[in-house]
Amino acid sequence: MPTYVRTEKCDGCKGQDKTACMYICPHDLMHLDRDGSVTGHAMKAYNVEPEQCWECYSCVKICPQNAIECRHYADIVPLGASVQPLRGTDSIMWTIKFRNGTMKRFKFPIRTTPEGSADPYGGKPKANMADIANDEVLFTKALHAGDRSQFVKA
Amino acid sequence: MAEYIFGNPEVIEEEVDLLIIGGGMAACGSAFEIPRWAEGTGLKVKLVDKAALSRSGAVAQGLSAINTYLGENDPADYVRYVRNDLMGIVREDLIYDVGRHVDDSVHNFEDWGLPIWKAQGDEEKSLRSGGKPVRSGKWQIMINGESYKWIVAEAAKKALGMDNIQERIFIVRLINDKNDPTRIAGAAGFSVREHKLYIYKFKACMLAAGGAVNVFRPRSIGEGGGRAWFPVWNAGSTYSMAAEAGAEMTMMENRFVPARFKDGYGPVGAWFLLFKAKLMNGAGEDFGTLRGDIIKDEKRFGKYGMGVPGTCLRNHIMLEEMIAGRGPIFMDTPTALAKLAEKMTPKEIKHLEAEAWEDFLDMTISQCGIWAGENIEPEKTPSEIMPTEPYLLGSHSGCAGIWVSGPTDLPGVPKEWSWGYRSMTTVKGLFSAGDGVGASGHKFSSGSFAEGRIAGKAMVKYALDNKDWKPELERTKDELVEEIYRPVRNFLEHKDYTTAIDINPHYITPKMLQYRLQKIMDEYVAGVATYYRTNKKMLEVAEFKLEMLKEDSLKMRAKDLHELLRAWENYHRIMSAEAHMKHIQFREETRYPGFYYRMDYNYIDDVNWKCFSNSTYDKKTKKWALKKVPYVQIIK
Ligand SMILES: Cc1cc2nc3c(=O)[nH]c(=O)nc-3n(C[C@H](O)[C@H](O)[C@H](O)COP(=O)(O)OP(=O)(O)OC[C@H]3O[C@@H](n4cnc5c(N)ncnc54)[C@H](O)[C@@H]3O)c2cc1C
Ligand code: SF4
Ligand code: SF4
Repeated sequence: MPTYVRTEKCDGCKGQDKTACMYICPHDLMHLDRDGSVTGHAMKAYNVEPEQCWECYSCVKICPQNAIECRHYADIVPLGASVQPLRGTDSIMWTIKFRNGTMKRFKFPIRTTPEGSADPYGGKPKANMADIANDEVLFTKALHAGDRSQFVKA
Repeated sequence: MAEYIFGNPEVIEEEVDLLIIGGGMAACGSAFEIPRWAEGTGLKVKLVDKAALSRSGAVAQGLSAINTYLGENDPADYVRYVRNDLMGIVREDLIYDVGRHVDDSVHNFEDWGLPIWKAQGDEEKSLRSGGKPVRSGKWQIMINGESYKWIVAEAAKKALGMDNIQERIFIVRLINDKNDPTRIAGAAGFSVREHKLYIYKFKACMLAAGGAVNVFRPRSIGEGGGRAWFPVWNAGSTYSMAAEAGAEMTMMENRFVPARFKDGYGPVGAWFLLFKAKLMNGAGEDFGTLRGDIIKDEKRFGKYGMGVPGTCLRNHIMLEEMIAGRGPIFMDTPTALAKLAEKMTPKEIKHLEAEAWEDFLDMTISQCGIWAGENIEPEKTPSEIMPTEPYLLGSHSGCAGIWVSGPTDLPGVPKEWSWGYRSMTTVKGLFSAGDGVGASGHKFSSGSFAEGRIAGKAMVKYALDNKDWKPELERTKDELVEEIYRPVRNFLEHKDYTTAIDINPHYITPKMLQYRLQKIMDEYVAGVATYYRTNKKMLEVAEFKLEMLKEDSLKMRAKDLHELLRAWENYHRIMSAEAHMKHIQFREETRYPGFYYRMDYNYIDDVNWKCFSNSTYDKKTKKWALKKVPYVQIIK
């Protein structure tokens, strides 16, 4: 199911330096066709190598215009179905449409804290340099101690 | 000022103390641990990722479970489970170390906002304060993991500071020290967005660029070519760069061939565990019960088929059905759901069904696409199961990778397994974690992060101990620019020779080079074309063909930065493939039946081969040297 971009919805992320889809694709597949010389649609994004798409939906989830959808891999899947998410700040909604028209909807939580609020060291100890060569300790000092009698040479 | 254009990149040289290559789970672990130990030391740290941290690596889509969380279990038990699944040959010191440190990482994920399922009554309690997780296996806990990577990356970015992170930098090679070739001193790569080439100098480096995918011809070769089970963008950079820098590799013959829902490669775990679904062959037979005993053949499988069979042996039983013409293999979802309906209310079943869909939606969305496209209703229609093409990886259910130095405090570990700094390879200053580290699989997302932390801490110590050492690169700036931009030059010099841009006797497109590699690996090195079978002669042919492919890689072309990325990814794939082939050639037995078969030695041979196979590559002579390293049991 390589991704495709809807001409009527994509606004090229308003001509910003980098578009959201280009920014996020882990495989460098989404490009912006600035002058329309490749696609005939200036200032719109497109998938440059559909046969390399992992269908990870990273671009679909991030597009501010909801302009990106997936058409399931044509060499595998019959036409007519769709799987489309709407990702909010704390949950994601999925709409699945079957080829025969059956619909399924699911909503799942995605995080318990406000976006951007993850605090890596909040409430955590500083490192104690005396421990730097001690393999039992990371800076948080939370070792899961084991039963040493389990070693062959206990 | 000169204009930097395609073919004439700006060259930026930068010196740091520690460089982290990759931005996946392991790299994020290092990014979290390092700043804490480096605080006040003045050490300069940098992270470079070929993609954007929030969605890079194997966890880009999300995950539905954290596969390594010890909780009530003992780390020794974890070692026994991994050892059993990986057919007896693992570095138990490394596995134990990850096991005893992994839970704290999971607790941190929860602090940062990852929703972790809790047992009834414990919904509001964090794991840290004793909340009981919902387990879907002895080591697995369930999560709502759509934003797993997003959350972990958020914390890692804050820990390291965005000023110290550069995204869209693809590292092409590591550079040894000019005065000491057994030491690493730098790395070089390029921006996929700007005409810039980067040369970094450092004291130490974390190489955590994931495993190797699309080395073998995938089962789908049209639009579905990117639908590998493991992330298609991890191209073996870790193995290739480490080997070329002289690092000793281990167990590169190992591979992972997961049996998953056909074509989408959606996870099967929920269907086995929650729904108790069974597999059946094309005739509707429960072949596991009928013929599962074939792995009890002691001559062929030793004692390994007697207890809980490893993943490869379970594949073996299924493959025998397929080879005998009794396929296709189905997951019998209708029977499982009908059985559940006898005990459960429709509402409870609906809830379970939502969980099963989430399992797909959280990590293999395309499986939903296939079910929706084929109108698959699991209560009516069984779904096909198929083993994938092979992947090289060290963090999931495989153990290919680099030989690294282990912890020093565990009893019974051979001295020579800890030659210095924890997680350091045999090249001084080069560290690895996650998919990079060999002989210690089943770390998964959480264990990879924990291992990145373990390594990160040791890297700080290394840098402090080498405070006055100055890295000097064995290769000049001009040589590096010349090499990295060669595909661009190939293109610019020859593009007007023919009228068709892709067909030219002077160059090969990265895509065609990849197809050639995949064809060789698939047909001769035990890919799906031969039902994962090979032999000495087939490997010889592969060797011959790979040799020429490697030569032709010098003629790859790049018509833009995107293709330059593809060109170097494919070079890394070739090196990883060559290592894999050489190791299979060396190990004259079939250690992992169900993952691959050496048909000329089609049995497990504990007398001669219960040992690690380690290799080193000499980049001057381009030759591999292989050797046996004794396995030592550490845990009873
Ligand atoms: C389909 C699937 C299902 C899984 N299910 C689970 C599960 O349920 N539970 C679980 O715990 N684990 C699961 N895993 C495993 C888990 O995702 C991995 O074990 C883990 O991500 C490995 O971490 P890593 O850091 O080694 O590699 P990755 O996380 O893959 O990171 C590799 C990084 O390297 C970067 N990179 C690659 N090459 C270069 C280069 N040349 N230069 C610069 N950067 C580069 C990439 O962009 C990426 O940032 C699953 C994985 C997959 C694919
Ligand atoms: S993110 Fe959406 S709107 Fe922006 S360029 Fe991409 S497709 Fe267009
Ligand atoms: S689905 Fe994933 S791989 Fe495909 S274009 Fe979008 S971000 Fe890239």
